[in-house]
Amino acid sequence: MIALSDYLILSSIVFCIGLAGIFINRTNIIMILMCVELILAAVNTNFIAFSYYGSDLSGQIFVFFILTVAAAEVAIGLAILTLMYRNRGSIDIDVTNTLKG
Amino acid sequence: MMNFNFNISELIFVMPELFLLAAISSILLFDLYIKEQFKKFTYHLSQLALLITGLLAFNLIGESATIFSGTFVLDTLGSTFKVFIAGFSIIALVYSRHYLSVHGLLRNEYYILALMSILGMLVMVSGHSLLTLYLGLEIMSLSLYALIATARDRAFAIEAALKYFVLGAIASGLLLYGMSMIYGITGNLDIAQIASFASLVTLEPQETLILNFGLVFLVIGVAFKLGAVPFHMWVPDVYQGSPTSVTMFLSTVPKIAAVALLVRLLIDGLSDFQHYWADLFMILAVLSIAVGSLVALTQVNIKRMLAYSTISHIGFVLLGFVTGVLEGYGSAIFYVFVYILMSLAAFGSIIVLNRSGFEADQISDFRGLSKHSPWFALIMLAVMLSMAGVPPFIGFYSKLFILQQVVSEGYVILAVIAVIFAVISAYYYLQIIKTMYFDDADKEIVISAPLDLKAVLSINGALILIIGLIPSYWMNLSVSLF
Repeated sequence: MIALSDYLILSSIVFCIGLAGIFINRTNIIMILMCVELILAAVNTNFIAFSYYGSDLSGQIFVFFILTVAAAEVAIGLAILTLMYRNRGSIDIDVTNTLKG
Repeated sequence: MMNFNFNISELIFVMPELFLLAAISSILLFDLYIKEQFKKFTYHLSQLALLITGLLAFNLIGESATIFSGTFVLDTLGSTFKVFIAGFSIIALVYSRHYLSVHGLLRNEYYILALMSILGMLVMVSGHSLLTLYLGLEIMSLSLYALIATARDRAFAIEAALKYFVLGAIASGLLLYGMSMIYGITGNLDIAQIASFASLVTLEPQETLILNFGLVFLVIGVAFKLGAVPFHMWVPDVYQGSPTSVTMFLSTVPKIAAVALLVRLLIDGLSDFQHYWADLFMILAVLSIAVGSLVALTQVNIKRMLAYSTISHIGFVLLGFVTGVLEGYGSAIFYVFVYILMSLAAFGSIIVLNRSGFEADQISDFRGLSKHSPWFALIMLAVMLSMAGVPPFIGFYSKLFILQQVVSEGYVILAVIAVIFAVISAYYYLQIIKTMYFDDADKEIVISAPLDLKAVLSINGALILIIGLIPSYWMNLSVSLF
């Protein structure tokens, strides 16, 4: 029997990997999109675990919405990324980070 | 457990949102099928839609109901916020049109996306469940990312969109993680149920701990959306890179929605944990005021300068929430509305200088404005003095009310810090006035703005002075929202 705490530990590890990936990663913007997905996956795991162990369906309904929004978010993210490539010819973070001050 | 029952008569309470959604869909279709010479009417239809939405929301002021199985709440606070969101958006769209048309960015999708993000804000203002709040937030944010990227040939705008997108996604991720923790411990998504769980006196230490754990993530998510230090790193870059009309939109109306998110989550939901989140807000507020005031001193780009000025204003708003009394919350709401009025006028004054082939975004672009156009220089003067907190302008009273509440709740040190940094920040506001009145123009200033922009900007500037004449009336109104 897998306990609730196991799911929570798993999701917090995935969450931390996602966050660390965004802040440590210095190469490619696609990686950032992947890390955002990891964060959302961690949240989904949390919701489903709580929902199952608390016998309350609303958490699972929330997960459907998060999945849908995540799909829309990635669509917009990739669209912006395409524009970035068209304007700068690269999607490296170092090349694209010019606004400073 | 969720209990689903739906009554058709409940729809009357969501009229503003329903109308706006129907209007957006119709305008989208209208724009698709209409002939080229009628395309300009999309703008007028959008304004009309906003006006009617605002009137419908105004009509609902005074009603209160919790509908759709507790996921949507209608109260005076929400309806008032909606009226202001619609009203400020109308002003913002008037300013936007001139900027977009002189820079060849005028596409009708701009209005659709702006309306869509406004719909998200309305949903957020009335959200009474973690789910509706999250959905409103995402409808708003996703539209705003696309709105920045409408300037698709400007590399800076695309970079700003990308930065806003990435930081916005992290913010929603953190917010969601906090929501999942709150849901886990309370077993409910409903704000009212969460509030009644949090107010239990039999709460065990572990339960308090987990609620606090979730609370920290919620505060971080809200701070990201408001742009409070240390979660402010996206603000200057996004403000500078975005087209000025989008910067104006971003820096104004979504702040109301972010404050509404704060009110729903932390005041409606977790007011029993006020002493926990007030401590966090204290740190955020002091850092925001300090960083916003100091870093702005060295800026030469006026949009970037206004970004740091926004950060310090947000610090003052958060100070109002630190107090934990209704008068404090009311003064924070008042400050937000005043800030938005000033910010709209400031960006309007920048936009008025734009003309075909000339992008005004440096402080030096204001050189000699007083000689060429004394009226617009006067408006900018009023805005800058108001932002610096000089009486009798409205910005003075909004700061005064916040500081009064902060002092009366015993946080004298906080008030002293805030005043010191407010004085420091006066330097860069006065610098702009000096640039307008005492420097000679090094390039030609031509004001080609249409009449409607000039008229609305004049009214906007006048309001900053006129509202300042009866501040206590507006303050009482803000307090009565709670």
